[in-house]
Amino acid sequence: MVATLKRQFGSGISEASTYLGQNYMVVDRSLIPEILQVLRDQEQFDYCVDITAVHYLTREKPFDAIWILYSFARNERIRVKTLIAENEALPSSVSIWPTANWLEREVYDMFGIAFEGHPDLKRILLPEGWKGHPLRKDYGIIQQDQEWVQKNLGIESGQ
Amino acid sequence: MTDPSTYISHLELGERDETFLDSNELIINMGPQHPATHGVLRVILKLDGEKVLGTECVIGYLHRGVEKIAENRTYAMFNPYVDRMDYVAAVSNGLGYCEAVEKVLNVEAPPRANYIRVILAELNRLASHMLWLGTHALDIGAITPLFYTFRDREEILKIFEKYCGARLTTHAFRIGGCLYETYDGFEKDVTKFLDFVTPKIDEYEELLTTNRIWVERTRNVGKISGKECIALGVTGPVLRASGVRWDLRKAQPYAAYSEFDFEIPIGQNGDTYDRYLVRMAEMRQSLHIIRQAVGKIPEGPIMAKVPKVIKPPVGEIYHSIEAPKGELGYFIVSDGSTQPYRVRVRPPSFVNLQALDMMVRGQLVADVIAVIGTLDIVLGEVDR
Repeated sequence: MVATLKRQFGSGISEASTYLGQNYMVVDRSLIPEILQVLRDQEQFDYCVDITAVHYLTREKPFDAIWILYSFARNERIRVKTLIAENEALPSSVSIWPTANWLEREVYDMFGIAFEGHPDLKRILLPEGWKGHPLRKDYGIIQQDQEWVQKNLGIESGQ
Repeated sequence: MTDPSTYISHLELGERDETFLDSNELIINMGPQHPATHGVLRVILKLDGEKVLGTECVIGYLHRGVEKIAENRTYAMFNPYVDRMDYVAAVSNGLGYCEAVEKVLNVEAPPRANYIRVILAELNRLASHMLWLGTHALDIGAITPLFYTFRDREEILKIFEKYCGARLTTHAFRIGGCLYETYDGFEKDVTKFLDFVTPKIDEYEELLTTNRIWVERTRNVGKISGKECIALGVTGPVLRASGVRWDLRKAQPYAAYSEFDFEIPIGQNGDTYDRYLVRMAEMRQSLHIIRQAVGKIPEGPIMAKVPKVIKPPVGEIYHSIEAPKGELGYFIVSDGSTQPYRVRVRPPSFVNLQALDMMVRGQLVADVIAVIGTLDIVLGEVDR
């Protein structure tokens, strides 16, 4: 499978390997969403298990965006990973897997990564108007949106 | 609180210059403090009379930032937190987390621990399904099953309490195996429970399966096809009731599940009634698994060789198990330190709840209650 994809996308796939029996590949940002579409249509990865991100504060491109896919026909999983810069948007994959809708909203809520073409991109777990994105590494565990707490809860601080 | 009109942009509502009285369309709030939403779920309904034109879920009322907490705790310290996500199936949550960390550490739990894990996880699946049946039937108007199921669920909780001291948020497992050896008479208690509960499940079925009101209220309600389930990422009994024979215990066996003989019950219509039948059949399969396991728990250690300070090598891992609600996954990124760099929980309830809108469009308001019940969500897990 990797060979076919490499022929198709060339050097865009910078790494395709297995760690502890789990397949993953690191692809160039420009291949999203084409490679996801190909994985679903040609390689039968019809179930998008999860979309998530990881923040590396000191890296030049600080975010990893990760798609975890599963194929019912092959009974196999694959992780697709791409590196993106601060304030760089990703194309939405809602048209590929409708389940991406809420998953992308959560990534947006927690990391502030925007998804272009998402039908309704807004916060999902935190209240609207919340400042900051908690799963970023520079968001401390006791830091909170005091302004929001004071206005909406009527208390000085939630701590 | 935010004005509801800010939420409904995607429901394609026209200009709202007319009052609700003249209008055919009505926007109402269900929840967050509504007993039938099983926690703090708020659903904004757009109605035409009694017909549902669209819904929007507002979630996050129970958000505790579990994933952020994980980054600030050691691997072992985070273990009890996962019990508080799906709190009616705490054992499954712990099992998934412990197995994921074991995977990133590259150790395996010994066979005896795996058997204990299977027995407790299946008991917990029974407890979760019993709680679902009681509350789901109560939502629809059948009160009796609630008393029956809670009476019998109590017996499971008693076994948990005797095993690890806690009834609900058990923290039964540790990374590398189990902390507690089975108590004296554990197997006898479990066998006694199996004999006690087997006829009880027939009793529940007698109350509901051919009950005319139950059938009318559930058949053809909240239909979803297997294809739609896969597109929406819906897993667990909901997926199986739509005719897809897929269960992680069989597809990618974990713990000791490959050693047991059991079936994956499926439905055909993907409606609320089929989901009920599938879960009932799953309870019987769980009993079947426990009965096989309880007689032959192997001797040996219950803990693998795990260092006192858990420091997994740098790497990323995704591991998932079949929780009572569906696929529960953990994505763990280790940076080689004692604390996980990132823990992502893939919650089945969160993803399944997304299908609510599709399932209730065109149905009646009363069916929204039935569909929320049949999805079997736990808000602690949706919001994390």
